[in-house]
Amino acid sequence: MKYNGAQIIITLLEQYGIDTIAGIPGGTNLPLYDALYGSTIRHILARHEQGAGFIAQGMARSTGKPAVCFATSGPGATNILTALADAKLDSVPIIIITGQVPLGMIGTDAFQEVDTIGMSLPVTKHNFLIRSAGELFTAIPEAFRIATSGRPGPVLIDVPKDIQLQEHTFGAWPALSSPAGCAPPDTNAINRFAELLATAQRPLLLAGGGCIHADAAESLRALSGKNSIPVATTLMGLGSIPHDAPLYLGMIGMHGMASTNRLAHRCDLLIAAGTRFDDRAIGTASGFCPEATIVHIDIDPAEFGKIKQPALAVAADCNEALEALLPLVSENDRHEWREEIASAQGNERHHSPRPAASGIHPAEIIRAIGSLAEPDAIITTDVGQHQMWVAQHYPFRTPRTLLTSGGLGTMGFGLPAAIGAALACPEREVICFTGDGSLLMNIQELATLADHGCTIKIVLLNNRRLGLVHQQQEFFYNSNFIASRFVTETDFAAIAKGFGISAGTLTCGSDFTSALMEFMTIPGPSLLAIDLIGDHHVLPMVPPGSANHTMIGAYE
Amino acid sequence: MKQGTTIIIELTVNNHPGVMSHITGLFSRRAYNLEGILCSSLTNERTHSTVYLLVGWDNRLEQILKQLDKLYDVLSVSVREQCGEQDITTIICF
Repeated sequence: MKYNGAQIIITLLEQYGIDTIAGIPGGTNLPLYDALYGSTIRHILARHEQGAGFIAQGMARSTGKPAVCFATSGPGATNILTALADAKLDSVPIIIITGQVPLGMIGTDAFQEVDTIGMSLPVTKHNFLIRSAGELFTAIPEAFRIATSGRPGPVLIDVPKDIQLQEHTFGAWPALSSPAGCAPPDTNAINRFAELLATAQRPLLLAGGGCIHADAAESLRALSGKNSIPVATTLMGLGSIPHDAPLYLGMIGMHGMASTNRLAHRCDLLIAAGTRFDDRAIGTASGFCPEATIVHIDIDPAEFGKIKQPALAVAADCNEALEALLPLVSENDRHEWREEIASAQGNERHHSPRPAASGIHPAEIIRAIGSLAEPDAIITTDVGQHQMWVAQHYPFRTPRTLLTSGGLGTMGFGLPAAIGAALACPEREVICFTGDGSLLMNIQELATLADHGCTIKIVLLNNRRLGLVHQQQEFFYNSNFIASRFVTETDFAAIAKGFGISAGTLTCGSDFTSALMEFMTIPGPSLLAIDLIGDHHVLPMVPPGSANHTMIGAYE
Repeated sequence: MKQGTTIIIELTVNNHPGVMSHITGLFSRRAYNLEGILCSSLTNERTHSTVYLLVGWDNRLEQILKQLDKLYDVLSVSVREQCGEQDITTIICF
């Protein structure tokens, strides 16, 4: 057989079951697009390469399967870097194929040449520069294997234009790689784990994104129920246990539940499952769970001791570790610990701070949509106050229903990620919660959304400011508000309509329940801009650099 | 190990362009100084190279060793502790 490099790439992607690719063509990846012409793969033309990267992330995060995106060299590559960094920090398996100037022109400052390999190096799990068409036979299968093995992550393949056109003669297609299996949890470690749990008085399970990747929802619930272990989640762990599960504590961290942060401070055994002790989740490391012995389960051994030194490290897939532990654990009522938990949660419900501002609190809107949406609806968020309100108040029930930029905190993530989720899961409801600051960062993707007519509901909480920045300036910078309020009032409904998307505006004070009910029944893409009136804070808040039990706006 | 100790990290790596960038990137992003680098392709071996990194002991060393181990092109990581000038000279002469 004789194929050129571009044809080899497209054929291999087809063989890997890739049915959708997001991207933008340009000078150096035109051969790749030429090979895509006539392929069974559907191409999604984004309007900015960062959008293409986040569309791929939306597909990967909602399904757990690797997704692919294309960008050209130079600005195409630099534009997509943010989506790569985002995927690296949240461990999302995406494969990025960039065009590059012809091999012989590399290093000559050619038109649209940048050192894509050099720039993507710290934000990818691995990257490849292809120097002959034949190398694709190993690079493409390796890219899929690397992206999906162990802790998932982004892999970039940089392909010079002449290599895309180079013909390669071969006898057979390479064998398809599969994710490298991870070693089963060590028996001694699991036995020790069971002993620690048996002697603990106040254990607490902290579930992170690793529990989502590992599909550990069932084993988490079983372990929590059998041994009466309360479960808290990080932002990335939301959905790993249903919001209404017994002994579910809610989110931990900077904007977590006050009772959860305080109970973590009290626990004597912390089971950290698939979490990397991010500073937004744990506050100052030394002040986090000061009384606790730590058991850390993670598929990536480099996480052990990076932030907190565990007494016991279990290098394994979270689900496999919890499943192995389960038969060694006895039923336990933990009466006193449960009483303490119930009392802390009761106090919090009683004393939850009322919004000082008039009008609707954004939390009410989020809860109302949560009650109207399908139980398996996919929620995407952007970054800022609305993101934290969604994390605090949306009733997540199942894994992979919250797609949010956790580690990198990338404003502009929500809309393209929602498009990706809707393309990958056309039968599911997709709702994008966003803010006016975030939406403007990738608003061009409304055009991509209009192209495909996906049923995505965009709920825009419009406070005409960079809300979380504004809040921090108020709390920590003497209310010196600089560069956090927008001068111009943008008519987002008019903008959406300009893109051909149905849209409306809801002002506070109007009957929002019926407006939301009507909004939720609109077929196809739609945007609802909700004007928030007054100041709304995300509370409680752990001041940056403080321990989690020191919170602003928490009940006493 | 303690502050002031010098250590040699010995790596076996795939021999192709870009490998050193992956390795040195791990150090530079942490502002962890590399005191010396020596690399050579193994005798009668075209696919693999050996890299020696001379570093001062630091409490970030353990994390960086784990991160080195995760690199795709790094095939093995080992540490020579408490090395003196003698060891470095021996390596240079190998």
